[in-house]
Amino acid sequence: MTSLLESIGYGQWILHLLVLLPLLGVVPLLLGAERNAKWVALVVTTAEFLLSAGLWWVVTPQQTGMQLISDTPWIASWGISYRVGIDGISLVMVLLTTVLMPLSVLASWHYITTKERAFYALMLTLLTGLVGVFIALDLFLFYVFFEVVLIPMYFIIGIWGGANRLYAAIKFFIYTLVGSLLMLVAIVVLVWKIQSATGELSFSYQHVLDNLGALGNTAPWLFTAFALAFAIKVPIFPFHTWLPDAHVEAPTAGSVLLAGIMLKIGTYGFLRFAVPFFPQVAMSTEVSAIMVTLALIGIIYGALVAMVQPDIKKLVAYSSVSHLGFVMLGIWAGTMQSVQGALMIMISHGFSTGALFLLVGMLYERRHTRLIEDYGGIARVVPVFSLILTVVALSSIGLPGLNGFIGEFLVLLGSFTAYPWATGIATTGVIFAAAYLLWALQRLIFNRLDNPENEHLSDLSGRELAVLVPLVIGIVWLGLYPAPVLQRMEPATRRYLEAVRPRSAPPENLRVGAGPVAEVRP
Amino acid sequence: MTNLVWLTVALPLAGFLVNGTLALRRPQAKSLVSAVGVGVLLAAFAVALGIFVELWRNPPHAPIIVTLWSWLPVERLQVDLAFQVDQLSTVMLLVVTGVGSLIHLFSVGYMGEDPGYARYFAYLNLFIAFMLLLVLGSSFPVMFIGWEGVGLCSYLLIGFWFSEKANADAGLKAFIMNRIGDFGFLMAMFFIWRAFGNLNLVDVTSRAPQVLQPGGAIVTAITLFLFLGCTGKSAQIPLYTWLPDAMAGPTPVSALIHAATMVTAGVYLVARTNVLFAMAPVSSSVVAGIGALTALFAATIGLRQYDIKRVLAYSTVSQLGYMFLGVGTGAYVSGIFHLVTHAFFKALLFLGSGSVIYAMHHAYHATHSHEDAQDMRNMGGLKQYLPATFWLMLIATLAISGIPPFSGFFSKDEILAAAFARGREQPLYYAYYAMGILAALLTAFYMARLIAMTFLGSNRTGEKERAHLHEAPAVMTGPLVVLGVLSLAGGVLNLPAFVGGGAALERWLDPVVSPAERFFKLEMPHGQAELFLVGAAVAIGLLGLLAGFRSTLARPIPPARQAGADTGLARLLYRKYYVDELYDALIVRPIVWLSRIVLWKGVDQGVVDGAAVNGSARLSQGLGWLGSRLQTGQVGVYVVLFLVGALWVLSAVVR
Amino acid sequence: MLLGPALGLSAILFSLGVAGVLLRRNAIVLFMCVELMLNGVNLSFVAFSQLYGASGYIMVFFVMTVAAAEAAVGLAIILAIFRHKQSVDLQNINLLRG
Repeated sequence: MTSLLESIGYGQWILHLLVLLPLLGVVPLLLGAERNAKWVALVVTTAEFLLSAGLWWVVTPQQTGMQLISDTPWIASWGISYRVGIDGISLVMVLLTTVLMPLSVLASWHYITTKERAFYALMLTLLTGLVGVFIALDLFLFYVFFEVVLIPMYFIIGIWGGANRLYAAIKFFIYTLVGSLLMLVAIVVLVWKIQSATGELSFSYQHVLDNLGALGNTAPWLFTAFALAFAIKVPIFPFHTWLPDAHVEAPTAGSVLLAGIMLKIGTYGFLRFAVPFFPQVAMSTEVSAIMVTLALIGIIYGALVAMVQPDIKKLVAYSSVSHLGFVMLGIWAGTMQSVQGALMIMISHGFSTGALFLLVGMLYERRHTRLIEDYGGIARVVPVFSLILTVVALSSIGLPGLNGFIGEFLVLLGSFTAYPWATGIATTGVIFAAAYLLWALQRLIFNRLDNPENEHLSDLSGRELAVLVPLVIGIVWLGLYPAPVLQRMEPATRRYLEAVRPRSAPPENLRVGAGPVAEVRP
Repeated sequence: MTNLVWLTVALPLAGFLVNGTLALRRPQAKSLVSAVGVGVLLAAFAVALGIFVELWRNPPHAPIIVTLWSWLPVERLQVDLAFQVDQLSTVMLLVVTGVGSLIHLFSVGYMGEDPGYARYFAYLNLFIAFMLLLVLGSSFPVMFIGWEGVGLCSYLLIGFWFSEKANADAGLKAFIMNRIGDFGFLMAMFFIWRAFGNLNLVDVTSRAPQVLQPGGAIVTAITLFLFLGCTGKSAQIPLYTWLPDAMAGPTPVSALIHAATMVTAGVYLVARTNVLFAMAPVSSSVVAGIGALTALFAATIGLRQYDIKRVLAYSTVSQLGYMFLGVGTGAYVSGIFHLVTHAFFKALLFLGSGSVIYAMHHAYHATHSHEDAQDMRNMGGLKQYLPATFWLMLIATLAISGIPPFSGFFSKDEILAAAFARGREQPLYYAYYAMGILAALLTAFYMARLIAMTFLGSNRTGEKERAHLHEAPAVMTGPLVVLGVLSLAGGVLNLPAFVGGGAALERWLDPVVSPAERFFKLEMPHGQAELFLVGAAVAIGLLGLLAGFRSTLARPIPPARQAGADTGLARLLYRKYYVDELYDALIVRPIVWLSRIVLWKGVDQGVVDGAAVNGSARLSQGLGWLGSRLQTGQVGVYVVLFLVGALWVLSAVVR
Repeated sequence: MLLGPALGLSAILFSLGVAGVLLRRNAIVLFMCVELMLNGVNLSFVAFSQLYGASGYIMVFFVMTVAAAEAAVGLAIILAIFRHKQSVDLQNINLLRG
């Protein structure tokens, strides 16, 4: 496969194509009829996914650095260039994006009935922005893509959303924007300071990494600005309140993409920018204490508040706060296991929560209510739906054998050596997760079927199955065989850890321990 | 055959997939479901037997690891999906697949008319797959897959008839309480990782003496957290309340999951990590103490329950307490021995009660009565209608009461003797022994009460129903007979010296438990002391049985609908000391209140969203409003402002 | 002409005009006060040009022309407002309020 890709020069054009293809797709979409818009979108997003699949063979575990780096000068007088590249961490994020996109398009098939062209054009623009964010290696370019994803989402929520959509959309947009504007200031100051020290003006990521010494005592402020922008995106308590409203009011596809990918931009930002740029500040005792505490609050608070929500979508929204609390804990614990775990949670959360929102959306399409009390006992009427809902809920809880467990376990295991007490508190989160999800599951599909309107629910259609089955397969596959993914992310994680905590000894790779084992058979 | 051990997991898993698909697509294909469901179990049992024979012929010095693939490779952490085959896992393998096969067979008859037949077998097969993964896992994380997996299947099967909220509630309760225990398991794993840098069982158990300090804080922490997991999974104090509620599930499920296999996982865990527990005498004492206390506590509650399954449920909790008393005392083999014999006679008791309930159900169904088919007050005199069931359940009763030569006598006696023996070193164990003996008395009593109320005396079911009471079909009584034989003769597995036996199980499991003996060697009593203890145990058992029969049959029992409510001590026992209500009031309600009122309405909606977010929005709106006050629209005001501005500019320029 | 008294009168006229503009409510009276201000300034221009040359007189002409034009346009606007609101009370004319 690798040789095939090399023979067509895949590596040279794929990253640019992935960014450009959706934009090119917008043209025929807008020129065509309203009812063809979704077909164009489906074709473009599926093509994007198939093309991006090749990246799996490009970014292999053996390669340690950033791959496929391509640099085109853009605004040369300011040192800004169109510089992109991909490594293990970016790879999984890009693939997650290209997987969820066509599924979101399929999910919106009958959901969006007005202004379809505008909707799908916005989706494609969003795709461009999302892919770009994860591969940008120039700070200005990253900022551009960071902002680009906000606008389509604002419209998607504001036009096709629920009853309170305007409030939710404005809140989401302004809240995130405030943070990112601070980040823009920080970027400019950062680049300017490095220029005064080195004489070279460049927004390039590598250039900044090489010259961190020039920052001096502005580092804490710059870190705060970056951290604030990403903290709002993740979201970290107490900057999380835009999330429940945005998730609830957004249409299904919007919620899936928001929860599945856009939240990960925040954690990606920490991993790629905020922490490596300012390691001493980020890993100082005071900042670590704050971040770990906020992560813990996110885990426990998110779970407890989720438990008492009457609206299913809000419940899933708060569960996202809880899950991403684990990610933040893993990032700050700074061991190989905890960071790999954090990345795994980012991936598996995309699958599980994406699937949850899709399922809730399917229920909403039938009954137009998101209140848990309006359901109950529907397992008898829609068994396939209930089965998939159960599997997805269990993966969200972190049942071993499904994908959620891998990330959670690695994060907790890895964080224990760094923060034993915090990890102990975080582990109680698994109890609360089971409580809120299974209780909600019971009130939805078990118990007596009291509401006669639920008697005639139709089970999943072929299209809906086509949306959900890939995610379920992913959930089970990642749970049982995460090794290839873990191995591909490992070099990038190691680079991250070396940037944060320089280590003198190379890592060891121990296989089964030195015990009296009689035979080991494959 | 050993390197095919993964088949024992794969076969039931395949059964799950087939039956699951059938449940969704063709639920009426009952014969196919039965063939697949029971077939995979029998095949798995055959593989288990093959492995056993292989190990018997060539006993390995160290566990055999069969690796499937690399599961969690993260730098220093290398966890493979691998199986560990040694003497202990073989014992568990045989029990799970063997007793499991019998219960699957029984289910063909018991669940035959249930519309969810295929779904039932799918869940049951999945359960076996997870349980085997638990006992065969070569590392803690792999064992944990099985550990949580059986919890999942328990949840699904307890809430099998999910249209009744009570059943779904019971399933949820089981899962949550298990999860609290899982928290303990996870914490133990983290401590082990930190100390050993490794999570493989072989590695940890062999290096423990070098890595950890005997009696130290870390090994105590590890073992206490592991035991927390055990209290959840094996229903010990304080996490036992889910087990009686779990009786909401089908009776074969109660037999398989909540008697023979899943709940014994905790005992298996302690036996597997015996060296760690031996190195932590405090933890061992806690294990033994809680085991003894639970044994006694649950037995008292069993005295006053009227639902036949509830009595057996509390009996299970109590007997599990015995097993923990055994492994906590350092008598790991005795604990496992009691695990095996208990699997036989408790499964027999549950399946037997299943036969009874089956008959009662049919009777009430035929007469369209709504009486409770599981309430013993509605039974009585069933001996003449279900003779086979009666005799078999009597065998099981004698076994559980510890009457020789039934199996339960040998296993229970060993545990009590071990506790007594350890008392010499640590007097606290005498207290545990006393609790155990008292629990034995009560066990015999409530079991006799059960038999008396169900099978003896006069029948209270009703004139019309009596005509419909009859024995269960052969597919159900067949497994009962096999279990009966095992309950009767199971003692041969580990006959003690004083009856001329060779202690086969003890010798078989010796390689597994010998690491622990470096830290504590149990001096079992011999000669006169031994005979005295044995005699005491038998006497207590007989006394309990006689007292139970006499007091139950002494006066007539009213049927359930005519029975008055209990008062005083009886009511306290019937209401299980109000522990459930206590948990609800002290834990569940406060947490829900905290979440809803304080965290959600208070903090989230009030402080964070209300004050901070919307507050800042209102602040900017306010500032904007202030600014707009200048725009009055009145020319006069504008002129004044113009003048003021002009003067100010002039003054700035002139200066 | 004496400079001092002329400037003093000019100042008085100007101040009266300013006070009127600030304090009077009738739009027409406002315009009259604006005229007063302009004429006060005219007076001081004339007074100074006696000393400093003819450019002062030329400024006066400019001012008078502009004042005339402004009065014409302004009165037209006031008439239009009066047709709309039946009043020229400045306190009530606040359509541009925001």
